[in-house]
Amino acid sequence: MTATAARVVAESAGVTRRFGTFTAVSDVSMRVAEGEIVGLIGANGAGKTTLIRILLGLLAPTAGSVSLFEQIPSRNTRQRLGYVPQSLGLYTDLTVTENLRFTARAFGSSVPAALSDELSAVKDRLVGEIGLGLQRQLAFVAALAHSPELLVLDEPTSGVDPLARSRLWDTIHEQADRGVGVLVTTHYMQEADQCDRLVIMVAGRVAAAGTVSEIIGGRTAVQVDTEAWDEAFHALTEAQLPVLLAGRCVRVPDASVDDVERALARAGVSAHVTAVPSTLEETLITLGRA
Amino acid sequence: MSFGLSEVSVRFGATTALDHITFAAPRGSVSAVVGGDGAGKTTLLGCLTGAIEPDSGRVERPAKRLLGVMPSTSGTWRDLTVDENIDFVARAYGITGEDLRAKRGRLVAKAGLDRARDRLARQLSGGMRQKLGFVLALLHGPTLLVLDEPTTGVDPVSRVELWGMISEAAAAGAAVAMATTYLDEAERATTVLVLDSGQALASGTAGEVIGSLPGTISVVDRPADPRRAWRRGRVYHEWHPGGDSTSAQIDSDVDLEDTVIAQMLRRREHAST
Repeated sequence: MTATAARVVAESAGVTRRFGTFTAVSDVSMRVAEGEIVGLIGANGAGKTTLIRILLGLLAPTAGSVSLFEQIPSRNTRQRLGYVPQSLGLYTDLTVTENLRFTARAFGSSVPAALSDELSAVKDRLVGEIGLGLQRQLAFVAALAHSPELLVLDEPTSGVDPLARSRLWDTIHEQADRGVGVLVTTHYMQEADQCDRLVIMVAGRVAAAGTVSEIIGGRTAVQVDTEAWDEAFHALTEAQLPVLLAGRCVRVPDASVDDVERALARAGVSAHVTAVPSTLEETLITLGRA
Repeated sequence: MSFGLSEVSVRFGATTALDHITFAAPRGSVSAVVGGDGAGKTTLLGCLTGAIEPDSGRVERPAKRLLGVMPSTSGTWRDLTVDENIDFVARAYGITGEDLRAKRGRLVAKAGLDRARDRLARQLSGGMRQKLGFVLALLHGPTLLVLDEPTTGVDPVSRVELWGMISEAAAAGAAVAMATTYLDEAERATTVLVLDSGQALASGTAGEVIGSLPGTISVVDRPADPRRAWRRGRVYHEWHPGGDSTSAQIDSDVDLEDTVIAQMLRRREHAST
């Protein structure tokens, strides 16, 4: 599904938000189309949460405009979106079923009939007593109960095990396949790979946007294979290069093969040095420095 | 010299938190333990630091003053400033004078905290607080560093800085044992132990763990058995336990994440039969 042909469910145009003298979000234009999963990536304080709050209509922009379902955000648009905040937004002193009844009443929808076996088994337990993985599953069920057209997820899988995480992503993809637009923040690059497109924010601005391969572009990192990884690591750190451990080799993003070879030669470390395509994480470091 | 656990079991009432777990943390390397909420990661690290006494098995650890521990809550004092946090720990270990000045300067710069030295720990971002916690755990030059989910909730930029510091400590000869829920991160470690409900699913280098999965994983548009498939972007990855299926080759796109998901599915299938 291409973004140009599909209906846009959320859009910001030149959005800026200042708090006093601090500019949290600066001239951000981005959109989420139906059926599309857009990942919002950036450091703490890069402006992701502020942008989400503006898109949801919880915060007014200082400049620029936002639209949800081609309208100005309002109570009416709130009915049509599902939001899972980082804190999950569940009532820990109510049971699983009571939480679902509560959201159903708030949205005027019905309580979901079928729960997963895992959630069914704990439906009469207090939410505060069930594990984090189940709480996350429940927050998803609650957010999806009124069949939203836009799903906004703030770090939806933090702390859960790999299998539970993969099942949450299966749910996200299922929704997108049905035409729901998804905006998701994550700190994890493997999850960024699950998205159709990414918007990378650095210091309130969009530093890059596009598919993972578009964002990486032709960027390369330098991989150093050596028996003496610790000596290589020392030598490169001494040379002020941004060196990273990767299993039994080390990698240097944003550097040239020449610089790396010179630093290693100076320290008398023999190693096999090659330029390799950057990972998304390495690209983020480069974007953050620029 | 290697630290670690050998055939360790821990029971809490009727629950087996660790079931015959072996975990080696050799000096000069990063050893990761991976699993979700409740897998047993914190119990394992607790055995390593001596906070938890195992019911059976053996634990090798250095003397207490050569042990550095960072709990998942960062282990910082939130009402103290960055400098006061460092002073407090330095005092406890008798680090003073030029030694303290040099260590403080180097570590605070590495952690990117130079301009935050007078800020209260509670005012730091999550990433900065975790980096401070790491500085505190490292300050007295431990030979074994035990880090409980140091990067959970930490943004990508701070995480890379934290990884840089962790790698440097290992390069300088420390044994680093760390817990994480993230497998792209575990792939950076020298070795990985995958835990699920107190059981070891796999261990070794990332390559060895990937190679140890019975059967194959293929990348498909439509899975034959949805219970054994999961989404990775627009495609599915599917595990075929049968092994030498000719249509299903281990794909070069298969990573540690896929392998661990398949291992967890396998364990659940075994448990239900």
